[in-house]
Amino acid sequence: MKLLRLIEFLRRHLRAVIYGCLAVLVLLVLVDAVPVFVNKTHAHTKAEHIPGFWAAFGFVACALIVLVSKAFGHAGIMTREDYYDE
Amino acid sequence: MSDIPAIVGALTSDLRPLTSSFWLHPSLILIIGGLLLPLVPARLRQGWLLLIPILTFARIVALSRGTFGEVHFLQFTLVFGRVDALSTVFAYIMGLMCILGTLYGMHVKRTIEHTVAWIYVAGSLGAIFAGDLLTLFLFWELMALSSVFLIWFRGRAESLGAGYRYLLVHMAGGVALLAGIILHYKATGSMAFAAFDVHHPSPAAYLVMIGFILNAAVPPLHAWLPDAYGEATFNGSVFLCAFTTKTAVYALIRGFAGMEILAVLGVIMALYGVVYAVLENDCRRLLAYHIVSQVGYMVAAVGLGTQLALNGAIAHAFAHILYKGLLFMGCGSVLFMTGRSKFTDLGGLYQKMPWTFVFTLVGGLSISAFPLFSGFVSKSMILQAGFEEHRLWAAFGLMVASSGTFLHTGLKVPYFIWFGKNHCTKETWERAAEPPWNMMTAMAITSVLCIFIGCYTPYLYGMLPYPVDYHPYTSYHVSETLQILLFTALGFFLLIKKLEPEAKISLDLDWPYRVGGRAFLWLARKPIQYIDTGIGEVYRVAGLIPLMAVSRLSGVFDNRIIDGAVDGFAAGVRNFGSRLRAAQRGSLQENLTLVFATATVVVAVFVLF
Repeated sequence: MKLLRLIEFLRRHLRAVIYGCLAVLVLLVLVDAVPVFVNKTHAHTKAEHIPGFWAAFGFVACALIVLVSKAFGHAGIMTREDYYDE
Repeated sequence: MSDIPAIVGALTSDLRPLTSSFWLHPSLILIIGGLLLPLVPARLRQGWLLLIPILTFARIVALSRGTFGEVHFLQFTLVFGRVDALSTVFAYIMGLMCILGTLYGMHVKRTIEHTVAWIYVAGSLGAIFAGDLLTLFLFWELMALSSVFLIWFRGRAESLGAGYRYLLVHMAGGVALLAGIILHYKATGSMAFAAFDVHHPSPAAYLVMIGFILNAAVPPLHAWLPDAYGEATFNGSVFLCAFTTKTAVYALIRGFAGMEILAVLGVIMALYGVVYAVLENDCRRLLAYHIVSQVGYMVAAVGLGTQLALNGAIAHAFAHILYKGLLFMGCGSVLFMTGRSKFTDLGGLYQKMPWTFVFTLVGGLSISAFPLFSGFVSKSMILQAGFEEHRLWAAFGLMVASSGTFLHTGLKVPYFIWFGKNHCTKETWERAAEPPWNMMTAMAITSVLCIFIGCYTPYLYGMLPYPVDYHPYTSYHVSETLQILLFTALGFFLLIKKLEPEAKISLDLDWPYRVGGRAFLWLARKPIQYIDTGIGEVYRVAGLIPLMAVSRLSGVFDNRIIDGAVDGFAAGVRNFGSRLRAAQRGSLQENLTLVFATATVVVAVFVLF
């Protein structure tokens, strides 16, 4: 099966895949800073003109969601699986 | 050959007087098709299962605009067919999803499962085309009463309980809706389903809205959704995830566009679903929490109420039905093949189910609004409307929810099922394989549709009721979205230890009625048990004992008089006696559903007249 071979090929070269992805992330922020590529005249707020604003927003939002939710869950919301059984 | 147009012309001119008085409701095709299904010979059944939804869809596409199917009933005029820009687009996507959902579950042998699913879809279509509140209510209840079977048919002890809770919550919502409708009628003298006064809402309007937002799963009235959708059959959830909440979104758009409180509730909803999705260990319950989150976008858009926002809500509902259906198909395939749906029982399945992985990933990228996928062209309209209305809190709140959506549905679900640590038992691993061809085909078609909508925007935008002056593919919007999503992915892989699934459940707002119910149960158990035993005894004395006596008598008669000839008769009667006893004890579920249905009608009739 070709699809399976592709997935296994990518897994064998995991290090290269990770470096490739990191390169994409860096490139994304760099491109965002060049007005020729990304036209920001329609940005809604001032903060959005900072290069990489949405990158930081995405990362912080993700971290907040994980940490806050887990803290909430461990404050007593998460419980054993047979809680409702009797 | 040249005769054919003439013949067709003559035929259609003959039909015209008939069609002008009779309007074929699309729901009718589904209901009749569903009721006839058990009579269709087994070898033709698969063809029938494809034919009926396709006919329904064709009927929806062929509908011309206008008001049809008016029935005078006592002092009311019931309108079964209001066909306008808003109802057509919703009916279109419901009809399409019915084809895909039926194809996905086509190999299910028990015909009744298909019948109830179609009646459920018929309820949704009926509610969408309803021009008055009474007809709306009728179909609204039909949806609840038929869809509960999609949960019960799973056949586990847990699904039985989940089904009862689902039914009770929806009946409570139905009562609020009916009360609102009656008060509204008393106050205005009109049953027409039109926009309510959202700036000075009356108590009646609030009651109707409560009925609607319960079906839209707006917190605190949302806990029925993950409870039920996580417990339904593997294909039942594919139907459930599309129809109830999106019909409610339709009703909200029709009745409450611009209602301020919905903007607030929508944003809360979008974030609430995300928080619970972090904690969830069952993949289908996780997807269910993301319905809450995604419907939050639509509810918020209804609250904003501008043309762009309403277009966005409709477009997002359209896209959502497809990608959420696809996600439930993917996780349903895993459940169907392995019997497992918890992350702590799965992992590493890419070796066994690679194509299911790809299809689920397409669903995940679509819900996350990746460029070129369907969510990108619909969700962004809502965000744009939020920014244009200067509701920055709403827009940024929904942006945070976007990050959470990709985090779970785009990353957590695929990663912990198909990669991650392999938790499969030997048995699970051996059972795991790609699902049957019809499930694969349904997923493939839905995937293509998700990508098609994302790439070719005129398809979806052309169906929207308001003119669309919006272009999602600007450099800024693409850059903004890619940054949010890819840096969310970075966060995911950095925090992956934190996200490792835990074999736990999370308490939600179904706690009060699940635990509160216990106290009630404890009180009720003894009297009910007592009555049950009493009734059983009455049946035994009044039913079984006389029957046994008859059977004995006829045995004597048999022996002495017609020796041998009617030998089987006595045994037959005795058999009948014991069958009768079993039937009388009956299946509680069917009885209860019937009772609810009758009670609904009785209450409606009693209060109205």
